[in-house]
This record gives sequence, C-alpha cells and structure tokens, in this order.
Amino acid sequence: MKYIALIYYDPAEAPQSGGSMNEAYIDFNRRAGAAGVLAGGDALQAPATATVVRMRGGEAQTMDGPFAETKEQLGGYYLLDCADLDQALHWAAQIPGARIGAVEVRPLMIFNA
Amino acid sequence: MGAAPILEAIHRHERGRILAALMAELRDLDLAEEALSEAMESALVHWGRAGVPDRPGAWLLTAARRKVIDRWRRAARLAARAPDLRLLAEADAAAREEPAPEIPDERLRLIFTCSHPALEAKTRVALTLRTLGGLTTAEIARAFLDTEPAMGQRLSRAKAKIREAGIPFAVPGPGDWAARLGSVLAVLYLIFNEGYAVTAGAAPLRVDLSAEAIYLARMLDQLRPDEPEVLGLLALMLMTDARRAARLGPDGALVALDRQDRRLWDRAGIAEGEALVDRAMALCAPGPFQIKAAIAALHAAPEIDRRQIFLLYDSLLRFEPTPVVRLNRAVALAETGETAAALALVEALRVDLHSYQPFHAALAELRLRAGQGAAAAEAYGEAIARSGNAAERAFLRTRLAAVQTAADPKKKAEQSSAQVQQGGKDTEGTPVSHEPR
Repeated sequence: MKYIALIYYDPAEAPQSGGSMNEAYIDFNRRAGAAGVLAGGDALQAPATATVVRMRGGEAQTMDGPFAETKEQLGGYYLLDCADLDQALHWAAQIPGARIGAVEVRPLMIFNA
Repeated sequence: MGAAPILEAIHRHERGRILAALMAELRDLDLAEEALSEAMESALVHWGRAGVPDRPGAWLLTAARRKVIDRWRRAARLAARAPDLRLLAEADAAAREEPAPEIPDERLRLIFTCSHPALEAKTRVALTLRTLGGLTTAEIARAFLDTEPAMGQRLSRAKAKIREAGIPFAVPGPGDWAARLGSVLAVLYLIFNEGYAVTAGAAPLRVDLSAEAIYLARMLDQLRPDEPEVLGLLALMLMTDARRAARLGPDGALVALDRQDRRLWDRAGIAEGEALVDRAMALCAPGPFQIKAAIAALHAAPEIDRRQIFLLYDSLLRFEPTPVVRLNRAVALAETGETAAALALVEALRVDLHSYQPFHAALAELRLRAGQGAAAAEAYGEAIARSGNAAERAFLRTRLAAVQTAADPKKKAEQSSAQVQQGGKDTEGTPVSHEPR
C-alpha cells in the first residue's frame, strides 16, 4: 500500500534549518531507501510562500497564505510504500519532523482501472 | 428447543471465532459481518428443517464463506477478485473434505486489530464488544448511552478505516508487543470500569459490561498464556468484581472498602484473583496491572498491610506517573497514619485534579482527620457537585452530614474516627484512573 506522510510543524517552534536536522533527514532517506519503502517525498518552502486558489462561479479566486490558518503547517511529505499501517507508522515515526511537530499518515486512494 | 435459541447461543459464543476466521481470509470486517449474518439467516431455515448440525459453528463459517463466494460471483468481479476467490474456494474445499472441521482460532489477531491505536479509544471499546464480545450494536449503544444509529455509524466508520488505512490483522512483533498489548488491556479495563462504575447510574438498563470484560480477559489469557500483565488485569477485575455485592449499602449508597461486609464478598473470585497474582509475580516482569491486582489482594486480606500498600503505590508511580496515581498514593500514605504529610501531598494536586471528584472527597476526609471541620465540609460540597452517580452522591452526603454533626460540639463525642474514602471507582482502594493507560 502507498501512504503519504504529511509533516506538520509550527514555524515559530521549528529550529533553524540546516545542521543536525539536515543530517537526520539524510539519514532517514538513506535508511528508508535501503528498506525499499521510500517512494518519494519533498520539503516545502515556508507557509508564507503559499497561494490558495478556488474556482467560484467560473472564476478563479486567488488568495495569499496557506489554506489553514493554524499554528501547525505542512512542511513536507514522504510517499511510503508499505505492507500495512503498522509499517507505515513505524517509518513515519522516524521522520525527523515527528520529533518537533506531527506526521499525519494517510493511505493513497487506489483507482481501479 | 427450536433452531432460533440454539442459534442465539452459538452466535454468542462463537461469533468472535467465526468472524476472526473470516477476517483472516477476507481482510474485510464489514464483509465478514455481513456474510455471517446471512449465514445465520440460512441457518434458521436449514436447521429448522434438517436439525442442528454436529458442529454448528463450523457450519456457520462454511455457509458464510459460500455467501461471499456467491456475492463475488454475482458481482462478476471474478477477474479482480481472482486471488481472494481462489483462497476462499480452497478453504471451502478443505472444509468439504472434512465435514466438521475445527474453526481456526484467529481471535488474537482480531483483538489486536480492534484495539489498534489508530482507532479512537471509544471506538476500540465498541468494536471489541461487537466483534469479540458478541454484543449487538443496540446493546453497545445502550451501554454507552448513545443512540443506535450513532453507534452503528461509529462501528462502520471503524471497519472502513481498518480496511482502507491498512490496519493490519496481525499479532504485533516483539518491538511493538508491550505497547500494543497495553492498548488491548486498556480497552478491556475501560469496558470493566464502565460496567463497574455505572457512571450514569442507570444500572438495570445496561448489559453487564464487567462480566463481558472478564470473559474477554479470560479469552486473551487462553490465547496468550502466561502473559504477566494479562494475568494481572484478570486478577484485578476478578477481585474487584468479587466485592460487588458489598459495594452498595441497603440505602443504595456506596460503602467504602474498609467498611464493607466481608461476608458478602465472593470468596471464590478473590481466591482466583490471588492465585493469578501469584502466578503473574512468579514470571518476574512487573507491570501496572499486576501492581494494582497486588494492591487489591492486600485489601482483601484478613489483616490489611497498609505499609505494603503504600510501597506498591510507589512502584505503580514508576509505571504511571499520573496525578490520579499520586492521589491514591497520598491516600495510602494517610492510611499508614501520616495524615499531615498526606494532606500536603493531596493539596499539591489541586491544579491537576480540581475537576476530579475523588480529589475533593479525599481532601475532605484528610481535612476532617486533621481537625479542619469547616474546610472538610467545603471539600465535600465540591465533591458532591462533581459526582456523576446517585450511589456516590448518597455516600458523600452521608459523610458531609457526619462532618456537620461533628462540628456541633454536643454531638462531637458520637463521631467515630473518619476513614479516608474516595468515592466512585477509587473507593475500592484500587488505583483506578479514568484513563487507564
């Protein structure tokens, strides 16, 4: 099964990027890759760079800012290919962001052709 | 006896086993439940005509399996379902060769699926009662004072999540074992306490959840023998339940453990609990339920060893460093005679426990012992205001009346030495928290 692990964090609480956090992510990527569960992933630019678009009455309404004005913001994601939820949670718990924020794990929708 | 009552009895005892076996083949709890209920309908017709088969449980499993095969064939999704269907057909063929096979016991896997931490706590409880306890949705709804549609929805959302999120149907490996077993035991203990505390005070309407929890713990012990914490939980529940008859006085008020009429205790239940504690302790892997059970056993002894109880709370605190355990530990300290020290410990818990009824009840009793009558009465008032059930309120009101009488100098002489009571579940002296984890 494919799972997305959405990494949420509080920008006000997050440590400066670089240093030990980068090393922790490099280590995670290496281990998850070697275990064959890593199917993709990216880090996102800061929430301040987000733009939200909605289609209303045939018109695109564009707004500044992240979709949800909450303390915790999406910071990045991984795609994990795992046997079941337990394995996905096992890996998600090791994402360095889980130590300072939270990681939401959700299965991807499967569309039968 | 007609087919219907026999079917009812078999369903009650074999539902969990049949569902677990179907789940192992189908990996879909919703489908397994539907197939079983269709099989039950067939059974009513067939058994009525041809009599009850030798192994009715196995008959139901086979019939349920065929219901699924029929359904998949009808749905013409043979191609997509080919591997599943083959597995199922193989299981069916195997069952045909041996007309009355034993149902494979997959219930341990089902227990872990139902109490998976990815499900909400209340959902874990409801799902465990529905699949392994064999309670109906209506019974579970009634037990939790929910409407039946709301409970039905909760259960179907849970089954959908198990299927779609890939919650495994598996016994966890050694790395996860302790934490996941803890989740299972917490579910059983919640069921037990819900039955024992009867928070809403509507006892006659509710199914016996305490008996249900004991039944499930026995099942777990049978499926996974010699697991110290399972033994501890079972012992704790048996000993608590054994005192049930002595728990309420003739006026319907709670009776504190130390004042209970011991002749009303079920000695067999206590003896079984004590033997289980001994077995658990011999395995040399202490845990919170074993400690709680050991405390319950000490409370049931002819001479109560207060010092030992206090020391056990000390050990419990290492496993569960919660304010509720701190409160129980302070009360245990008071019982050794250290009133002033205990009162200071309890007072210090106000920030954490100000909305917790037993905190105010304990505070009241300790203040009373320390000779602070007016402050004690005030704390009783706070406790009564926070009590959720009639028996508990009746008990607290009696205590308040005693304090007020004591405050009257003419009657002071009549006052007997006050006992520390906590009210509710914690009256039992067992370190029960609202969120046993």
